[in-house]
Amino acid sequence: MALLQISEPGQAPDPHQRRVAVGIDLGTTHSLVAAVRHGVAECLPDSQGRVILPSVVRYLANGGRQIGQDALTAAAIDPENTIASVKRFMGRGLADITGRDKLPYRFVDQATGMLSLRTVQGEKSPVEVSAEILATLRQRAEDTFNDDLFGAVITVPAYFDDAQRQATKDAAQLAGIQVLRLINEPTAAAIAYGLDNASEGIYAVYDLGGGTFDISILRLTRGVFEVIATGGDSALGGDDYDQALADWVLAQSGQQAVTAGDKTLLKAAARRAKEALSASNIVALSVHLTMGMLQFDIKVSDFEASTAALTARTLSAVRKVLRDAKLDRSEVQGVVMVGGSTRMPQIQRAVADFFGKPPLNNLNPDEVVAIGAAIQANQLAGNDTSGDLLLLDVIPLSLGIETMGGLVERIVPRNQTIPTAMAQDFTTYKDGQTALALHVVQGERDLVADCRSLARFELRGIPPMAAGAARIRVTFTVDADGLLSVAAREQGSGVEAKIDVKPSYGLTDGQIATMLQESFSTAEADMKARALAEARVDADRMLLATRSALDADGDLLDAQARVTIEHLMQALRTTVAETQNAKRVEEATRALADGTEAFAAERMNHGIQKALAGRNVETL
Amino acid sequence: MNLQSDDFELFRLRRQFAQDPVVLDMRWKELQREAHPDRFSAQGASAQRVAMQWSVRINEAYQRLRDPLRRAAYLCELAGTAVNAENNTAMPTAFLMQQMQWREELDESKELSRLEALADQVGRVRREVLKACEQAIDQTKDYGQAVAQVRSLMFIERFASEVDARIDACHDASEAPVGGQ
Repeated sequence: MALLQISEPGQAPDPHQRRVAVGIDLGTTHSLVAAVRHGVAECLPDSQGRVILPSVVRYLANGGRQIGQDALTAAAIDPENTIASVKRFMGRGLADITGRDKLPYRFVDQATGMLSLRTVQGEKSPVEVSAEILATLRQRAEDTFNDDLFGAVITVPAYFDDAQRQATKDAAQLAGIQVLRLINEPTAAAIAYGLDNASEGIYAVYDLGGGTFDISILRLTRGVFEVIATGGDSALGGDDYDQALADWVLAQSGQQAVTAGDKTLLKAAARRAKEALSASNIVALSVHLTMGMLQFDIKVSDFEASTAALTARTLSAVRKVLRDAKLDRSEVQGVVMVGGSTRMPQIQRAVADFFGKPPLNNLNPDEVVAIGAAIQANQLAGNDTSGDLLLLDVIPLSLGIETMGGLVERIVPRNQTIPTAMAQDFTTYKDGQTALALHVVQGERDLVADCRSLARFELRGIPPMAAGAARIRVTFTVDADGLLSVAAREQGSGVEAKIDVKPSYGLTDGQIATMLQESFSTAEADMKARALAEARVDADRMLLATRSALDADGDLLDAQARVTIEHLMQALRTTVAETQNAKRVEEATRALADGTEAFAAERMNHGIQKALAGRNVETL
Repeated sequence: MNLQSDDFELFRLRRQFAQDPVVLDMRWKELQREAHPDRFSAQGASAQRVAMQWSVRINEAYQRLRDPLRRAAYLCELAGTAVNAENNTAMPTAFLMQQMQWREELDESKELSRLEALADQVGRVRREVLKACEQAIDQTKDYGQAVAQVRSLMFIERFASEVDARIDACHDASEAPVGGQ
């Protein structure tokens, strides 16, 4: 609760208050955490020196969990309880998952429209599985710095829709991580790359990860990273290359993978073959299946032929994004390669041929996203107040609402710079209609049925009028994380309704809090002591911030408002001195925060106005 | 200056149609550098909210200023002559004839080269209308004339986006991956 803690630009915070802020690349096949240490962003290793954490979680019959390498190793012997590539299921229903018959998991379709996975420890949602991975990385960061984590920037594929973004944010909350910002993976890569190379101009980021493909076009000018257009395919990645190769080998050999274990083993073998084929022209694949030994020699040309359609799909998305950006491929100065899958020689070649220049790959494609996120996290946490870095990102997919006949009325077009708010007026279609149902959708198609449904809500209490007389303004607001909220207001009567668009996992905030305690609780006494200590630190911060705000801008307040704030401060000081109860301290802190909210807003307005006016005078 | 200032005041630009896109872009980034929520992320929820309002407002102004059609309509509105496109669809006969001719051409054009020729033709007319807009707003201050140009521009842009969509569809069809499983 660092409300009101406004430090002037260029003024570094007290070194003792340096906050631990990290960048997390929550990837389909593996995840990383990075932080700025001694002025340099680097990936943090675990106790055994490994920076890469396989994104695999195994649920054990005894109630324990394995996360990372141990889980990955166990995938073949316990495939049903070992969840890999869970990112593909985030914010998704069962019907969204193509090729699920090839996966070893026991999927459950929830009444809420989201899927979950049946394990030996019961049903687990993708959000819970991702939270295990995030909590492991959080622990790694806290062990590294021997301090609590202040917050994290978490990366998502640029092409993630609202449901997938919200699911990622919920997973972080479940893991006890404050999300400073969700940023797009290609944008993070551009930060790491651009700042490293002091680049200016138009750049493309080609990001082929384990399960997603993103292509972004950015303009870099003096520390500003402006995304012009973004596109891709949220269900296309290195996994598909493994699967295509596995399918091809089965078809060629005439053998069958009958069990879940067979499927996992074969895919893992295909994956090893794929990696080996980056360095040699022929690789022998051999794997023990239930029906017998499968042995097959794979030539590099076989691999390329069996996956050529996938590579072509990526290039098709590249053409589309260039058209969106209204740019010719020759205007692109450099192409940054991100994601382990870009190590495949056929990808490097295809991209080089397309752009007519060799792609840039001087940074480790596995680490570059986490490193860019760490640089942004460090700035957002207020550790680096030079403020040189500014991200202007866009929403990847259009947002709209359903109108008559199942058609989509677009309200926010794709590639709109965020944050943004856009409104459109609608009306009633029946005499005396008092309610209006709103169905929020995301996608580029004209029919609602072809778009992703994000939320439904109702505006009730419209005064009865003739059809067409009501003026209902629907406003879409997309924040800097790319998350949507929708408000509807009848202009004549002032009746309104509002919704934060959250996919329904059937998890309320209260349930999330309970799960949090269940999954990460240590001894109860420890918890209490820690909670009280944290509450007191927050209270002190709040008091200090309020005091310095009053000193700086007290003249913005009238006498009455000032007295109210002084009272709240006194009440908080008394509570801190007299109670051992963390909850009561938190309540008093919150009371002060609420009581100073209007003042904080006023100060912000003043500050921004002054800054804007100052700028303009300078530049005129 | 406040959140209610008009786009030109906010960007400290002369209230006129002619604008330098480079200056506009530079000013946009300067303003966002001051007001973007990322600048205030360590400062709590209400600071975030206020920053978001400013940042949204700056983006809104930028979108309107950089789009010539929206900029022209906005200038007419600021001058007290609303465009009222939804209530006033009467257009000159010559203009409507041209639209019909374009539509026929679009329906008949199957190959890319013919579609691109049509797009070029539409683009030429668009530039002429924009010049007339600039003349009416910046020189003669004839907002009645400007509004008429804005209305034709609306038709032209809608048609141009249909042509673009057809060109895109053509590209997509020629790029569809062959083979595959």
